[in-house]
Amino acid sequence: MSRSVALLICLVGGLTMLVSPFLPMATGWANDVTDWFNILAAMAFVLGGGSLLKVQLMRLSARGPGWGYSAVTLLAFVVTLWVGLGKVGVVADPSAPTVAWSGKPDDEGSAFWWIYLYVMTPITSTLFAVLAFYVASAAFRAFRAKNLEATLLLATAFVILLGRTFAGVVLTGWLPDWASGLRLENLAVTIMDVFNTAGNRAIIIGIALGVASTGIRLMLGLDRSYLGGDA
Amino acid sequence: MVLGADASFLNPDKLLLLVVLAATCACIVASMMAARAGRVPKIRRIAGLEAVEEAVGRATEMGRPILFVPGIQDMDNPMTVAGITVLSRVAGTAAQYDATLDVPVSRSLVMQAARESVQAAALQAGQPDWYDPERIRYITDEQFGYAAYAAGAMARDKPAACFYMGCFFAESLILAENGNAVGAIQIAGTAETAQLPFFVASCDYTLIGEEFFAASAYLSGAPDQLGTLRGQDIAKALIALALAAGVAMATIEAFSPATVTDPAAEVAP
Repeated sequence: MSRSVALLICLVGGLTMLVSPFLPMATGWANDVTDWFNILAAMAFVLGGGSLLKVQLMRLSARGPGWGYSAVTLLAFVVTLWVGLGKVGVVADPSAPTVAWSGKPDDEGSAFWWIYLYVMTPITSTLFAVLAFYVASAAFRAFRAKNLEATLLLATAFVILLGRTFAGVVLTGWLPDWASGLRLENLAVTIMDVFNTAGNRAIIIGIALGVASTGIRLMLGLDRSYLGGDA
Repeated sequence: MVLGADASFLNPDKLLLLVVLAATCACIVASMMAARAGRVPKIRRIAGLEAVEEAVGRATEMGRPILFVPGIQDMDNPMTVAGITVLSRVAGTAAQYDATLDVPVSRSLVMQAARESVQAAALQAGQPDWYDPERIRYITDEQFGYAAYAAGAMARDKPAACFYMGCFFAESLILAENGNAVGAIQIAGTAETAQLPFFVASCDYTLIGEEFFAASAYLSGAPDQLGTLRGQDIAKALIALALAAGVAMATIEAFSPATVTDPAAEVAP
């Protein structure tokens, strides 16, 4: 019974989203479906938070390897929750200056804002910066000229890398105007605009068809594995 | 909702898209019905999906866990749904082999869906005791926080097999390179075209775009699901024909006398 209801919700929600771009009268329905999903996701966050707390508390009580990390996670969770819900350091909104909690929790100057700006942002930026090294190590493996395809990939990568830097202009800037298409910066643009775009579009068309096919399988209930039931 | 007198029933700007969508859906449904009637299509071998059993078997032999990452988006993303369907197949195989499966997730709804899916897979495999809900746990919605956890888990637990199936952004390379560093066999699948090169460079097998969406049907082996894949191919052939016709017409138009103007005629009197 519960599975049938879930399938019915999937069918109705899917059909609503499907027809909304074509029927002006259905635009509001699609917004309603999106709102319902957001409400559901917000309610599910309680489950997620509960799972996080449970797992970390179990690790902390077991005193297994790395229990200190669990302590840090729990401390960060509780402090951020308290700071955000309690609106610590929030300045009252000018429209209601006598009401202490009238400001937003993430307004400039609040403790929540401070945590985001001085803790979250630097950590996130650090992890993002590490990507440069991962790109280098992945490129080192990918660009080994083992066969014809890998050699072509290597040559193309060289053209793009040089063409996107000033080195490309220095190396091939002497070419006359009638051969300007062979300048590295122009070759890089051609590769990106023609070959890369063509390949990308082919993949995107395949993806669009895959999404359509998956959508039909889900709406018709052919594929129920995401509900915990087999096809 | 009240429909105004001047409002049109159909959006005229999207009529062509509606026709293309209707034709695509018709191809898929017709192929599905044909497969149900006995005309089951032959599907080419997808190496990445054939390797699922090999990866799970390897993890079992080595006594190390399997890590499954279902992307960082919620259940309203088709890639996440496709990832969860692959998870159910991986979980079924892992349950049969009694291998450890870890599924860290970045969305609460995905955690619930993954738990349902894995529990059902364990039941179908005849191993209900194998299912442990604590192994499918919520980490954080924050992109790099999640990536940091997954990278740390790989360094600590050294999984023998890593699956990345879902929607990924910049964290894709952090995950795949860390998996590579611990020597795990890695299988990835996504429709995020910007992340595909990273997975191809760092993983043993990558399901590219439509292969990823075909995974569920391929692994199920159900005739009607396989039929939808043939419908996809028919629609793709029709789109290719339309593209070729469009290119030909545009080329003819570019060289037609009406388009090619005489430079002398443009000289001002």
